Amino acid sequence: MANTGKAFIVSRGELQSLFDAVIARGFMPVGPIVRDGAIVYDELRHVQDLPEGWTEDQDAGTYRLKRRDDKALFGFNNGPHSWKQYLFPPRSKLWQGEKTEDGGFTVEEAEDTEKPFAFIGVRACDLHAIQVQDKVFMSDRHPDPLYAGRRGKALVIVVNCGQAATTCFCTSMNTGPRAQGGFDLALTEVLDGDDHYFVAEPGSTAGFSLLAEVPHTEADKDNVAAALECTARAEQQMGRKIDVSGVKELLYRNYDNERWDALEKRCLACGNCTMACPTCFCSKVEDVTDLTGDHAERWREWDSCFTMDFSYIHGGSVRPTTRSRYRQWLVHKLATWQDQFATSGCVGCGRCITWCPVGIDLTEEVRLIREREKD
Amino acid sequence: MVEIKGIRTLLAENPFFERMSDDHLETMAGCGKLVHFKPGEFLLREGDEAVTFYLIRDGEVAVESDIPAAGPLSVARVGAGGITGYSWLFPPHRNGFDSIALTNVSALALDGECLRGKAEADHELGYQLMTRFAQVMLDRLQAARRQMLDVYANGRTTDAASG
Amino acid sequence: MRPHPFRVLDIAEEIPGCMTMRVAPDGAGGDAAFAPGQFYMVYVFGHGEVPISVSGDPVKSGELTFTVMAVGSVTQALCAVKPGAVIGLRGPFGSAWPVEAAKGRDVIVMAGGLGLAPLRPSIYRLLHDRNDYGDIALLYGTRQPDRIVFPQELADWRDEALIDVDVTVDTAGRDWPGKVGVVTELLKGRDVDPGRTSALICGPEIMMRFSAYALLDRGVAAENIHVSMERNMKCAVKMCGRCQYGPFFVCADGPVFAFDRVQRLFRTRDV
Repeated sequence: MANTGKAFIVSRGELQSLFDAVIARGFMPVGPIVRDGAIVYDELRHVQDLPEGWTEDQDAGTYRLKRRDDKALFGFNNGPHSWKQYLFPPRSKLWQGEKTEDGGFTVEEAEDTEKPFAFIGVRACDLHAIQVQDKVFMSDRHPDPLYAGRRGKALVIVVNCGQAATTCFCTSMNTGPRAQGGFDLALTEVLDGDDHYFVAEPGSTAGFSLLAEVPHTEADKDNVAAALECTARAEQQMGRKIDVSGVKELLYRNYDNERWDALEKRCLACGNCTMACPTCFCSKVEDVTDLTGDHAERWREWDSCFTMDFSYIHGGSVRPTTRSRYRQWLVHKLATWQDQFATSGCVGCGRCITWCPVGIDLTEEVRLIREREKD
Repeated sequence: MVEIKGIRTLLAENPFFERMSDDHLETMAGCGKLVHFKPGEFLLREGDEAVTFYLIRDGEVAVESDIPAAGPLSVARVGAGGITGYSWLFPPHRNGFDSIALTNVSALALDGECLRGKAEADHELGYQLMTRFAQVMLDRLQAARRQMLDVYANGRTTDAASG
Repeated sequence: MRPHPFRVLDIAEEIPGCMTMRVAPDGAGGDAAFAPGQFYMVYVFGHGEVPISVSGDPVKSGELTFTVMAVGSVTQALCAVKPGAVIGLRGPFGSAWPVEAAKGRDVIVMAGGLGLAPLRPSIYRLLHDRNDYGDIALLYGTRQPDRIVFPQELADWRDEALIDVDVTVDTAGRDWPGKVGVVTELLKGRDVDPGRTSALICGPEIMMRFSAYALLDRGVAAENIHVSMERNMKCAVKMCGRCQYGPFFVCADGPVFAFDRVQRLFRTRDV
């Protein structure tokens, strides 16, 4: 199963001891909670913080929480949040500077005061998303100190998906639903009548030693089969698919496809897709001073390629139309990303579909672009 | 006859008439004369009836328009081998710009009405003339449209930048 | 990435609204070695940061020259600095004009407006190694005679006759002794040996476009034509995403591109 080939059982009742072990090691556990009618990520202290018995109805432009008829802790897929908010915070200070008496100034890198994070409940698609952002923020030449620092210390606990939303298409992107590696510990939640347990597969030495502190037993053949059945079920439920064969060349050939004109009319350029997307990495910087002007700071904030300001150069925006901005986003995500980072920028999580207020669906758009090209 | 032969040779020297047949050069020579201008003298005046086509042999000519309070502004400069004045080709035969000598200028002046007559009588000559004028007009039209875009006004200000 | 302090040695008006300044590292950490065509992120304390290509001589060590047009809040603040003031620099960043690869060849430098600024270091470099090149021509077009940047260098270069300097303006008064017309007209009647010509073009994107086409028309291969792109830029290290130009990050893959790499994008609108 996992790269260690070893699987263990942690019972539902012992899951709190995993949380305790994580906290005892100095991590801040973050993971899914229910808040404001959605499953979002926040600090977790107890197993009770998890969205027990909750799932979600997702479709293009639709997200609703609803009750499950069981007590699954991870019986949902993903909400509007992704792990990027911890590794690449929506707003972060890069440095601060002080004017000096000789007319000069000094600049100091901002210190990261956060505890190391333990991500609990990372889906396979989102694990890939983290790896996609690693390529952006941890390049050999100019690694981002904040991202690289947090990523290096972060503990990644995967929970493999036991179901898929109608917006999910990880199988098309070859990113899930089962995580294949790159985690410290992978859990698969199994509910079998009154039996409720997790099949745990360590993926790193940190994962092994963490598991050592949690009461567990070795998984038998049936347990392993039950876990595999979970992800097989998710695979079968996969709500959407996208044909990404030759998609880079397809999009490069179709900068003038009539489909973009339809998007000009539909897309609100709100940027929701870029905020919800776990790989979107664009940012702006803000330079500020205090009232005396002697103390300055630089802050970095998430930005979106859907804003006019994003591509502004003296007197105008390079992408003045919604059509051109949606095209930038989609072509980047599926095509130019491959040239830039040798990977797709899309992991098939479906968030951009769910959180689009007008329900634009990139899987559908790519299909239509392909179809229109044939015409 | 001696003078016409002289004009014919001078016509052949101008790149505008490159690959023009001897017969046609001979025909046109009858419409031409050698002219000279001192700096500040006008070859053509904006608004005047357009009657002359100039092939510049030597010197520098400004094609310009006078803007009150700003003074005359050049939209083109024509040097040796260049041409100025083709408004005589089409009605209403009125010059659109001033052409003024910036230096001592020597030029061949061809009478427009005379050329029109020869072209009408010999359509092959007319075609040869028209293709040459059309080329010049195309080049100047494209250049003029690019100038009109005033690309440097809002164009590159810093070099890779916003802000 | 933090800006390093550089002290302003001098600053003077280049043309109205545009200043040229020399700066030198103020203390340790600042890197003043660059390749022609590269840029720095220039920071004015508390105001912000803008990408500016170096416009000075790459052979002069220990100092950098920038030519800046005041167009936004940061560039206005930058143009208002006084000698002795300290600004911040990060860099150098980006690709360079291929002056090494052009050795043994003719070089045509085509500049439009303030686009001469990012090209000037390459001209210094070409002049420095003058014997390594064939014919060198600088074809410079700008709006009006009073918008000509670096007039002294242009006059010096013309006098030295080591390179052929040809200048044209879109419109001019009668006192202008030079040419009037678009920069591509300077190519007309010029001997261009396409097989041994490299071209460096910098100016507004539209000027680079029609200049590149004019060179293609003269038989110069697209891979021997180079342009310098500009896009919105914040981080300069491929991280903020803003300077994307198709598959490229202008900050790292550019700003200098061989034309064959961007020719398709040049024809595409709003990329």
